[in-house]
Amino acid sequence: MAASDYSVDLSQAMRMDAVPPGDWLMIAPLVITILGGALCLMARKNTDSQPKIAIIFLTLLVLACAGLLARVLDKGVLTMVAGNWLPPFGIAFTVDAMGATLALTSSIVALAAAVFGINDIDSSGRRYGFYPFLLLLMTGVCGAFLTGDIFNLYVWFEVLLISSFGLLVLGNERAQLDGAVKYALLNIIATTLFLIATGLLYGILGTLNMADIARKTASSGVDGPLMTVAVLYFLAFAMKAAAFPVNFWLPASYHTPRIVVAAVFAGLLTKVGVYALLRIFGLLMPEARLVLSDLIAVVAIATMLTGVIGALAQTDLRRLLGYLVISGIGSMLAGLAMGTGPAMAGAIFYAVHSILVMTALYMTAGVMRGLGGSYSLRELGGLYRASPLLAAAFLMLAFAVSGLPPFSGFWPKVLLVDAALRDGHGWIAGAILLTGLLTTIAVGRVWIYAFWRGGAEGTADGQLTASLAVPREVGGAAVWMPIALLLGLVVIIGLQPEFMMQVAQRGASTLVEPLGYLRSVFGDIVQ
Amino acid sequence: MSITGPEATFAAVLAPFAAAAIAPFATRLLGANAAWPLAVVPAAIFLFFAGLVPDVAGGASFTPAVDWVPAYGVSFSFYVDGLSTLFALLISGIGTFIILYAGGYLKGHPHQGRFFSFLFLFMGAMLGLVLGNDLITLFIFWELTSITSFLLIGFDHLRAASRRAALQALVVTGGGGLLLLAGFLMIIALTGVTDMATLLAGGDILREQALYPLVLLLVLGGAFTKSAQFPFHFWLPNAMEAPTPVSAFLHSATMVKAGVYLLMRMHPVLGDTAMWTTILPIFGGITLLVGTLLAVRQTDLKLMLAYTTVASLGLLVMLTGTSWEKAIEGAVLYLLAHSLFKGALFMVAGTIDHEAGTRDVTKLGGLRGAMPITFAAACLAALSMSGLPPFVGFIAKEYLYAGTWGATGAHQAVTAVALIGNALMLVIAAAVALKPFLGPKVETPKHAHEGPVLLFAGPVALSLAGLAAAVMAHATGVYFISPVVSSVLGTATEVEVHLIPGYIGAALILSMVTVALGIVLYLKLDALRAAMARTLAAIGWGPDKGFDQVIAGIVSFSGSFTRLVQGGRMDVYMTLTFLVTALALLVPLTLTGNWPSAVPMPDFRFYEWGILAIAASGLFAVLVAKTRLTAIVSLGIQGFAVAVIFMLFGAPDLSFTQFMVETLSVVILALVMTRLNLRPSDHRPMLPRIVQGTIALGVGVGLAGLLMRITELSFDRSLSDFFEAYSRTIAHGRNIVNVILVDFRGFDTFGEIAVVMLAGLCVLALIRVRPKHAREEALDRAAGDEALQKSGEARL
Repeated sequence: MAASDYSVDLSQAMRMDAVPPGDWLMIAPLVITILGGALCLMARKNTDSQPKIAIIFLTLLVLACAGLLARVLDKGVLTMVAGNWLPPFGIAFTVDAMGATLALTSSIVALAAAVFGINDIDSSGRRYGFYPFLLLLMTGVCGAFLTGDIFNLYVWFEVLLISSFGLLVLGNERAQLDGAVKYALLNIIATTLFLIATGLLYGILGTLNMADIARKTASSGVDGPLMTVAVLYFLAFAMKAAAFPVNFWLPASYHTPRIVVAAVFAGLLTKVGVYALLRIFGLLMPEARLVLSDLIAVVAIATMLTGVIGALAQTDLRRLLGYLVISGIGSMLAGLAMGTGPAMAGAIFYAVHSILVMTALYMTAGVMRGLGGSYSLRELGGLYRASPLLAAAFLMLAFAVSGLPPFSGFWPKVLLVDAALRDGHGWIAGAILLTGLLTTIAVGRVWIYAFWRGGAEGTADGQLTASLAVPREVGGAAVWMPIALLLGLVVIIGLQPEFMMQVAQRGASTLVEPLGYLRSVFGDIVQ
Repeated sequence: MSITGPEATFAAVLAPFAAAAIAPFATRLLGANAAWPLAVVPAAIFLFFAGLVPDVAGGASFTPAVDWVPAYGVSFSFYVDGLSTLFALLISGIGTFIILYAGGYLKGHPHQGRFFSFLFLFMGAMLGLVLGNDLITLFIFWELTSITSFLLIGFDHLRAASRRAALQALVVTGGGGLLLLAGFLMIIALTGVTDMATLLAGGDILREQALYPLVLLLVLGGAFTKSAQFPFHFWLPNAMEAPTPVSAFLHSATMVKAGVYLLMRMHPVLGDTAMWTTILPIFGGITLLVGTLLAVRQTDLKLMLAYTTVASLGLLVMLTGTSWEKAIEGAVLYLLAHSLFKGALFMVAGTIDHEAGTRDVTKLGGLRGAMPITFAAACLAALSMSGLPPFVGFIAKEYLYAGTWGATGAHQAVTAVALIGNALMLVIAAAVALKPFLGPKVETPKHAHEGPVLLFAGPVALSLAGLAAAVMAHATGVYFISPVVSSVLGTATEVEVHLIPGYIGAALILSMVTVALGIVLYLKLDALRAAMARTLAAIGWGPDKGFDQVIAGIVSFSGSFTRLVQGGRMDVYMTLTFLVTALALLVPLTLTGNWPSAVPMPDFRFYEWGILAIAASGLFAVLVAKTRLTAIVSLGIQGFAVAVIFMLFGAPDLSFTQFMVETLSVVILALVMTRLNLRPSDHRPMLPRIVQGTIALGVGVGLAGLLMRITELSFDRSLSDFFEAYSRTIAHGRNIVNVILVDFRGFDTFGEIAVVMLAGLCVLALIRVRPKHAREEALDRAAGDEALQKSGEARL
């Protein structure tokens, strides 16, 4: 074969300019987590060194994501393509403020979980993969937030799903397996729908690159079969995000694993689904969002109300929190339903808040269980006396999750209600506010029973009867530091929301005004 | 930023928060005596605002501000004018004595430090509320007062009544707060104005809006819940579960006035409309009557005072609601008077409780000898409350009668309500100040004696302040009343305040009638109380009970609803999931008219028909299979047929993969079946069969229809062309599928490899880890989500 066969103009097929060094940060989260996961796996038997490896690598991950966010804020949307193949032919990683912010928040939560796991995960749990699963879960999560290719997004969803399944079954207790089966089957249905929709989308548009999809739907509209594909996507990610009425998997499984696993799940899993919805319906198919906005609004309201109603019905702390996760999803979907810049910013802000606060609440629940010996509100009591520190932490998180100031939940709520009122969606505003009130009641009950009441249900008035563990014995720094980290962020965001507000607005503006995103992928040829 | 100028308002508002942080340490160090140094903080704040009074009285106002969330247009800003200065003075001034009082009242309590902290947090929040200029800033402090009030009401947390009252207050005031938030956001959205000062300068900026009624209702929702207006009044008497310093400070002198403050603050832009002058006087009037009548019913000193607080708030709302200038003058005077005498009387009640061991008025008497200072303070405060000279309460009543009597409109009704209310107020004042102290000495649970200086400093100072304000009536008018009335009316107004009425007018006569009526009623108090008790027993229901019923209803509805949607049965979940999937396919296909056009008869060769027939018969076999094993194998037939179709249509790689997958899945599934303890066949009743069959058919038809519709479109081959063009030349591979897998989309493959590894790890985790203990019984109890626990905890 003659050498001339291979002499083609490479610039027709590949990006020829070198990748700026800082842009490698885009891929760093995947490299770090996979490397860390592999090392933890190699150290399988050495259960003492696994947490150290994981903490080191997750710290690196946090730094990489922070650097990435800083770079995005500085330079705008960044794009990097695998193998230098020109987009839309190769796989592109395209990072905007929304993706980078969520990746950073998630990595902080994962770091907190790795530390919390020191105490919560025994050596058998470590030997069978807690830390590798956690790190690879982060591969999936970060990959999903950073990729600019819809099939690649599917791949990261798969990574995420399988590693979460691994985390869910660690321990192999009966309730866990019951939860894991429901979780796995229902999630596989969602993932499969995602895959089918992607295949059909490729059939219609002939591309998988997100920017390219956005460009094509903008010119072709959504009148044809694309609309049905959009509905399929909505269903698939609504299931992933645990929106009503396709959220059976969440209440069926979140109360079964180790509490640190539940904490990570509560923070991350559903938010990846919300992210995908924001990305697809904000950036890729904004016209489909317009068509579906009423449906999304109904789903959003149903999700927030059924979520908080579910929380009110529970006496098991973990189940109660699981329903609050669902309720928060409704608020984020409300932002998507409205679709304006401020509304989308509210959704992004809410996602960050929800990731931090839900993880911290589950961890706090773990400490409550450690002190009070139970997750049941009927059996808990006296915690206010036992540990003022824990009480303060729980109370602040409870107010945060209810959207009360001055904590992180207040600002996204204001953004969303404001956006709703400005757009004449009074009923969305009403639903968000009502949900906030009912959430206050739900967490207020926890506070009153577990903290203020003197002991288990039926304790005589004025009596302190709870027999409680000593706070020191529940866990040292490994328990308190992660909670303090997350709680600190919840408070700081509440008191100084300016940075988050700007980031959320930047993220939303990319969705509403995608020109910067398209240019980052295709260069300045795009107008 | 100077230390004394208005810029220092920031320091003044933030100082209590700093004090909250150090209070526990100070208390650990000094015990109850920490009250003395701690009280310096509110005292200094008081002096600071007192220093601003001359400027403010001269008509000046200040709006110190710093950027807070510029990205969202929120600034951290304050509005210092007559109204806010008066409130700030009341908060810091009364707060000083409350801190001292709390030092004596909770002496030796293990959580006294925490109590100080909560009080200071509240104080800071309250200052921020009344001074807040930016609407969002104001709202945040508004909610903070609800939160701190929650913590303080539930301070005695081991008692169920405290816990219930705390949550009730949080729900009512917090719920109202949400309405207020919506109201503020609407104001911002409608006008583009984000701060109070600009808004107030805007004249009819709100009244001319089409949505004005909604805005007004939302703001009233916030104000009425906070200020305990009927029918939201019930939380306030329940809040008396809090230690008395809290009742005196939050639930009489300051926090509950936040609603009144808001109404006065926004009167220039929201007031003086038909809606305003209808709703406010009606609800205020009802609240006044309900409050006083219920107060008569009580025997607990604190509850008597609490209900008169409700009544007083009603009076203030009613007067503010008239939008009559003179009535508002009366309201402002009464506001000042009430804060002073009610704060003092609460502290008196607390001292009696503290020293005598009970605050049931029927079990008290003859304490005058044992507690002379407290008795004196009680008398001074009660005289002011009764509206007798020479106290500021008297002046207030004169002005409010003058305001209501002379006005146009429904002034007779307003005056009559005010008269009855004031008379009953006098009854309660007399009962609280006289009954425990006069008459024969009654044996009390504790041997009563005078409380320490920490306890009587507050009542004495506040009741004397009520006297001083009246004696120096002119100064009161110039420095406090005129600036506030100017704020409320939105125009500079001079109010001449005199202690001695200038002439014998309607107001004086009404005052006399009030006093006469009050004395008569006081003498008949026991009969009156019994009558009220009978009436209430006959009604049997009140909003307080209603609150419990609502909460219980919500909780029990939540329980049944959640059991319904999350029943725990996987087959139900699956059925519903596929039902939604079917709808997600069929509905949009139909609505957008995108079903494929008439399916043309495919031009198949005979062996292609044959393969299709095999696939179809495989599916049919699955449906009719008697045993699960047969069904699995039959599904394999269909899979193999599909693999052959792939081969026939030129996709050998795909075909080969499909063969592998089908073979492996049949083998693995069959193996798993032999290990599972399942019935060999799957019998379902007819109805689920039909339902599930229909849903399955719907999903299948939908997917097939969508797929066929898409294949009708022309396919965009640009990616395929690219791969064909460069697969060999750049990527150096002739098999395009392989090059796609390892190069063009090698990154996906990389991810999938990770998936395979993870799947292996999962299998390992599933197989090898065994639960350490056989805790099965316990697990079964908590197992799965079938065991969704019934929630019996309907009551709060």
